[in-house]
Amino acid sequence: MSDSSEVKPPALDLEASATAASPSAPAVELRRTRVTASERALAHLPGWLRSWEALLLVLLLLSLVLGSTLSPYFLSASNFSLLISDMMEKALMALTMTLIVIAGEIDLSVASVLGLASVVLGYTWSHGLALGLAIALVLLLGAFCGLVNGLAVTRLSLPSLVVTLGTLALFRGLAYVVMGDQAVSNFPPAFTNFGFGTVPGTLIPWPFVLFIVLALLFSLLLHRSTLGRQIYAIGSNKEAARFAGIRVDNIKLLLFVLSGLMAALAGVVFTARFSNARADNALGFELDVVTIVLLGGVNIFGGSGSLPGVVLSLLIIGVLRNALSLADISGDIQNIAVGALLILSVLGPNVVRRLQEAASRRHAAEAGPGRLARSARSVPAEVGASARERETSH
Amino acid sequence: MSTTTTRVEETRWRTRLGGKRFVALVSRVRELGLIVVLLLIIALVSLQTPRFLTPGNFEQILLSIAILAIVAVGETMVILTRNVDLSVGSMVGMTAFVCADVLKNHPQTPVMLIIVLGCALGAMLGAVNGLIVALGRVPAIVATLGTLYLYRGLDSYIAGGTQVSAYDVPDSFLALATTHVLGIPALILFAAAIALIFAYLLRTTRAGRELYALGSNPDAARLAGLHRERLILLTFLLSGLLSGFAGVLWGARFATVDSGAATGLELQVVAAVVVGGVNIFGGSGTILGAMLGAIVLGTIDNALTLLKLSQFWLQAIDGAAILAAVTLDALITRWLQRRLVSGRQR
Repeated sequence: MSDSSEVKPPALDLEASATAASPSAPAVELRRTRVTASERALAHLPGWLRSWEALLLVLLLLSLVLGSTLSPYFLSASNFSLLISDMMEKALMALTMTLIVIAGEIDLSVASVLGLASVVLGYTWSHGLALGLAIALVLLLGAFCGLVNGLAVTRLSLPSLVVTLGTLALFRGLAYVVMGDQAVSNFPPAFTNFGFGTVPGTLIPWPFVLFIVLALLFSLLLHRSTLGRQIYAIGSNKEAARFAGIRVDNIKLLLFVLSGLMAALAGVVFTARFSNARADNALGFELDVVTIVLLGGVNIFGGSGSLPGVVLSLLIIGVLRNALSLADISGDIQNIAVGALLILSVLGPNVVRRLQEAASRRHAAEAGPGRLARSARSVPAEVGASARERETSH
Repeated sequence: MSTTTTRVEETRWRTRLGGKRFVALVSRVRELGLIVVLLLIIALVSLQTPRFLTPGNFEQILLSIAILAIVAVGETMVILTRNVDLSVGSMVGMTAFVCADVLKNHPQTPVMLIIVLGCALGAMLGAVNGLIVALGRVPAIVATLGTLYLYRGLDSYIAGGTQVSAYDVPDSFLALATTHVLGIPALILFAAAIALIFAYLLRTTRAGRELYALGSNPDAARLAGLHRERLILLTFLLSGLLSGFAGVLWGARFATVDSGAATGLELQVVAAVVVGGVNIFGGSGTILGAMLGAIVLGTIDNALTLLKLSQFWLQAIDGAAILAAVTLDALITRWLQRRLVSGRQR
């Protein structure tokens, strides 16, 4: 049954053989067909909706307006410093999550890895390990957690949704095993200063500097390197990518290890910011991380999306949560908004696409057979997309 | 010419029979394996503590998993169609609070009406999930992760930090969980009845068979004229309805309910279903298998308590059980397929 999911519908062979025939620039080729398909789809939209990023900017402005009406303290430099600081762990994890989702997988275990890392950091430090060594150990542990996820996904060809749902429970459970309901909180000031402190003379939190550096690195990796192109190719069509000589499994394994490593790093930042190591740290953060990535325009079925979009949606979620907190609305109730955004960010484009498909079908039927032949050119991309949808619609 | 046709026919038949035998073989291997695991746990633990192997303790185990089992029946049907419902914990929590709260404010409400209210509320929440997945084509895991938080948030909003305690609700409501019929607790009877009814329906009705067809090959199912949307909507609706009923029982059993009731239940339910041999890729598995999975996990839980091991291990064990079960499924399937292929070549 695991193998039956590997069997592709015959329609996919078209695309696979086409790319195999021109192995020189397979990723670019795939990318182009996808873009034209989505461009065609977008042409039916009203102007201001044409780019997802434009929509996100509007959403960001709306949430800023909401924030300033909800509280007079919202539009202040110190509040923005706090807002950014509060988003840092989710921001770090969203970087690797973007890559994983573009490659057609998902990692639901990130918040649990964060919790486990935080707890192990507290435990080893309070038992006498030097803090530097404890941090190094925790980062290694995070990478190992990612390795477990990655091996289960690539070597056993299990769906990442299920694997990481299992490790979500497993890693969080291990955090409870290590620490129970205890907490470690007396970390040295040098460490916690990194968490709450700001760059001297400004209101920029230190973790934000770390994020900016990593965000630039990941943007270069995704948008300017061969590996980045290969990640898009894997997400667009795994089989075609494999035929084109891309080592699909190795790259996926690498991405999961990176994701675990990043979650552990986020765990170090979290522990420093709150000067607190507890087993329930960052419980439920995976909702925000997945929402940020999908709202940022990354296709849940893989193959498209960009980091700038993700950074925009990061700001939206940050502003929204901050504004609602200032209005004294509890985290549980804020989750109504975030949960709804998560669903809408996938539902919205789907509904628009289906409406357009229906419209263009009507259009084609009216125009007669001549038009049908012309539009058949872009069929492979669409077939590929719907096949991938079936494969991932789990 | 005619010999070729007959040979083609013959191979086709053999493959079809092989397919059927294959699925039966996998589930038999899985369910037998589960019983062996269960017997092993029982043997090991009863050597350690004499209190384990008593009728009273057996009843305790069944009682502790009864509510989970009812939810697992719905989850099984959802997973059979290649979907998953992560919002069950929130649906149970919300109906538990709403029902208890209605009784707190209107103690005269008949219990029967409360049950209907709980089921209707659950079915409504489930239908929302179903519409998003079936018509909106949002992957089930994303949709129900969203509604997991959305429903829990609505629950907190309704509760507003208050809680309902055992003194606030009439005894007739609490009796739902405490009554015994023929010496067996009603909760266990409810769960057993629901499991048996749905197992029967799944095995004999047309819709039941269609769920298997849809899960094992969605493309073939569509070509055969099955209504994908309708079937998926139906499973999510039933999952919600059963969660709603479970919520009513949750309120009656624990008596004290706040907005955090049944948090994290979804992981236990998915663990029970997957451990019970329901294939996460859809298309195979039975409700009785899922019940067996729930019993195994409940027995482990109970053994941990009796052996005075830390309760903190529970969540880790659920997670490890999900991983072990899906890994085992993948390995068994691969092994059997290899055997089958080599057998056919000979």
